[in-house]
Amino acid sequence: MTLALAAPLRLPARRLAALGWASSLAGLICALVVLIAVFAPWIAPHDPNAVDPLNAYAPLSAAHPLGTDDLGRDLLSRLILGSRTSLAGPLVVIVLSGATGTALAVSAAWIGGWFDAAVSRVLDILFAFPGLVLAITVAALFGAGFLAPVVALSLAYVPIIARVMRAAALRERSLPYVEALRVQGFSGWHICRRHLLPNLAPLLVVQAAISFGYAMIDLASISFLGLGLQPPAADWGLMIANGQPSILAGFPQQSIAAAVAVVITVVAFTVVAERMAAR
Amino acid sequence: MTAFLEFDHLRVDVPTPMGPRPVLRSVNLAIAAGEAVGLVGESGSGKSLTARSVLGLLPGGATIAGAVRFRGTDIGTLDAAGLRRLRSREVAMVFQDPRATVNPVRTIGDFLTEVLRERGMSRSAALALAGGILADIGVDDVPRRLKQRPYELSGGLLQRVVIAAALAGEPALILADEPTTALDVTTQEEVVAILDEQRRQRGTALLFISHDLELATAVCDRIAVMYAGEIVEILPAKSLHEEARHPYTKALLRARPGSVPPGERLQIVPGTPQSGIEAPPGCVFADRCPVVEADCRTTVPLLVGGVACHLEVP
Repeated sequence: MTLALAAPLRLPARRLAALGWASSLAGLICALVVLIAVFAPWIAPHDPNAVDPLNAYAPLSAAHPLGTDDLGRDLLSRLILGSRTSLAGPLVVIVLSGATGTALAVSAAWIGGWFDAAVSRVLDILFAFPGLVLAITVAALFGAGFLAPVVALSLAYVPIIARVMRAAALRERSLPYVEALRVQGFSGWHICRRHLLPNLAPLLVVQAAISFGYAMIDLASISFLGLGLQPPAADWGLMIANGQPSILAGFPQQSIAAAVAVVITVVAFTVVAERMAAR
Repeated sequence: MTAFLEFDHLRVDVPTPMGPRPVLRSVNLAIAAGEAVGLVGESGSGKSLTARSVLGLLPGGATIAGAVRFRGTDIGTLDAAGLRRLRSREVAMVFQDPRATVNPVRTIGDFLTEVLRERGMSRSAALALAGGILADIGVDDVPRRLKQRPYELSGGLLQRVVIAAALAGEPALILADEPTTALDVTTQEEVVAILDEQRRQRGTALLFISHDLELATAVCDRIAVMYAGEIVEILPAKSLHEEARHPYTKALLRARPGSVPPGERLQIVPGTPQSGIEAPPGCVFADRCPVVEADCRTTVPLLVGGVACHLEVP
């Protein structure tokens, strides 16, 4: 999934990022989405889980700007609350995979030899395994919910981060200043912690930001398949799935609104990430 | 009495496709505490490797025979912690290119105080000490310099900062590996003068590696001439010009710009420089020596009375 997505998503994002107004707009959208997620309970006009069967499939109105779903729940409120889990999932994924991937990459590059070879081969095997399939399998084994798919996806994203970071760490390691530090009597741990990691940090931030969008799509897909968060939780991927029957009933708002939210957020984050990468 | 720093028949072999080959053949040299010794010779003669061996920095897969002893301790027997202590407290090294050997994204202050902070000194005390050394070596506007980053400094100034960092650790020995090669000629003199003055004041020993004979004689007490992984001659710096006996040393002296009248062609050392790997089995200089004899090609001359040459046996 991730690999297949990489080309179609990154190239247009890179072109958009080159446009000043587009990357500014993307930055604005990112900030807005994050703010909405943080203040969701105060922004949402209704209780997202308040069922009102008599008011099911209500059309767009002032009281319900996006209408209601099959149980009469306010769609806008659900969309707003859904931003929380929809953002928290990818965030946990990039933090976990970023930390693990960087630790593995730097230690492999620093220690070298058989350790580097072993780590690299394990990462290759992990890389060959489709992340989404891994996450779905783990979710099926350990039960659906927030944690299992997120942890599994983090594992799947480790090689993506680690590959880039290892190459960068190897290059950094071969720079003369690192040897000069060794000559000054600093331990490998000190050099890695105080010099290598800080110098690699900008690259890590860019990699993590690019991965964020992909992780979001992957997690939405898992939710869509019913292996992520369970109803009645408000989650964008879940909302797309739950909206399916309504489409046949002539009320496509739920699926469309959630899908648009996913697409806009992913594109905005990816454009911002590409903008950072270009710097 | 144990020597301060002693290279005792140091031989270093590195792996090649044809099996292990020597890059250092037999280095014999003793340096006294507070003494400055210049190590000169062409590229590939093993000067840098000799200096690096003091810190236990040998290329991967290298095997070592003989010994390097610092204050009586064989460097080869030190464990990782012992090596780190040696590198951070006893011996400092100044490299050729300051631009490459300083972390480009840290401030000068961070760079200067890193060793001191590792020893448990407080940040303000370390900064004060580093600032004091910078001022000592004639760097002006010290508070601003401490906040700058390496790219904001000129090469000469940055090399002075590197020397200050080496001095800050109060080492007993400084290894200077062509410290001025990357600098332009006018700043070269300044930087070398600072290094010389500071190490005299502090009684620090110096192993000074250089291509530049004039520079080495100006700074050092004795000059060791290296060729193809061997020291071929050691003599006092003052009498280098008059008393050089080894054909290689004489050839090097003739190859300097000052040795011929302006406008004339410089004399060159015939042949190409050889490393320890390529040198002939007998006298390492036999292939290029103008006065070579049959004996030179078969027997290795020993370093006796300051010179390793069959023709100079008393």
